[in-house]
Amino acid sequence: MDASAAKLIGAGLATIALAGVGVGIGNIFGSFVSGALRNPEAAPRVFGNVLLGFALTEAVALFALVIAFMILFVF
Amino acid sequence: MHSPMEQFEIKRLLHLNLFGIDASFTNSSTWMIIAVILATAVFVWGMRQRALVPGKLQSVAELGYEFIAGMVRDNVGDAGKKYFPFILTLFIFILFCNVLGLVPYSFTPTSHIVVTFAMAAFVFIGVTIIGFARHGLHFLSLFVPKGVPFVLLLLLVPIEIISYFIRPFSLAIRLFANMLAGHTMLKVFGGFVVMLGIIGGWAPLAFIVVFTGLELLIAFLQAYVFAILTCLYLNDAIHLSH
Repeated sequence: MDASAAKLIGAGLATIALAGVGVGIGNIFGSFVSGALRNPEAAPRVFGNVLLGFALTEAVALFALVIAFMILFVF
Repeated sequence: MHSPMEQFEIKRLLHLNLFGIDASFTNSSTWMIIAVILATAVFVWGMRQRALVPGKLQSVAELGYEFIAGMVRDNVGDAGKKYFPFILTLFIFILFCNVLGLVPYSFTPTSHIVVTFAMAAFVFIGVTIIGFARHGLHFLSLFVPKGVPFVLLLLLVPIEIISYFIRPFSLAIRLFANMLAGHTMLKVFGGFVVMLGIIGGWAPLAFIVVFTGLELLIAFLQAYVFAILTCLYLNDAIHLSH
């Protein structure tokens, strides 16, 4: 196989990480909404933690992006 | 056709060579200085009256101060008071760099891993030194989880050590990748507007408007995450919480 073709396939494979991140972000906000509906008074207090969890999970997606960029542009 | 990566190019504005090291004044340094000047202006100019009932700008300055002071108090406790100025400076600097980067034709210093890694390494080394200074060699018990059978420790201790040393990298890459990805995506969709022209260009334009709002949130959130993780690491070093 051509090296440049393998590069493109590798960059595409690197985005598989998005599957896990999608599950993670959905889980965070889903749990928040179901928790907030059960106990609406406590919801504002945990929203900061929700955003923190969202940012930490989203970062995993960006690690995958960095790997894809590295495969495409660095090597 | 311009590339969406062109915005991250570092240009030398003032050539400077210090003993063989390239210390040129670049557009990155310019925007860092602008961020520092603006942040200082908000705090100094905002607090100039020291009114009991704060005006608009004073409210902003007090809000930022209170926000970080509360964060340090909640996460580190009283022992963290000493390090509050450092964390406030870190937060405000990253926040201003991120937000200023959203201005068209500006430059985002935090979209370069050199800048973010310098800050992350500073935090990491500082926290390690604080830990050793406070607890001596007892600090190493951070790597040994309590109440775990010995056989499992053989597995857990290396994992703890690796996860400790990976901290500065994840801290740096998180901030840098968020800024890089967000700005690249804005520019890619900007390219779609031009390509689709006056008829079809409205859809990506509307997307850009929405996404700029999200980017503002992310700019704040990443500064917040950087500051709060610094607090958590500091808490680990001070209280050896395990």
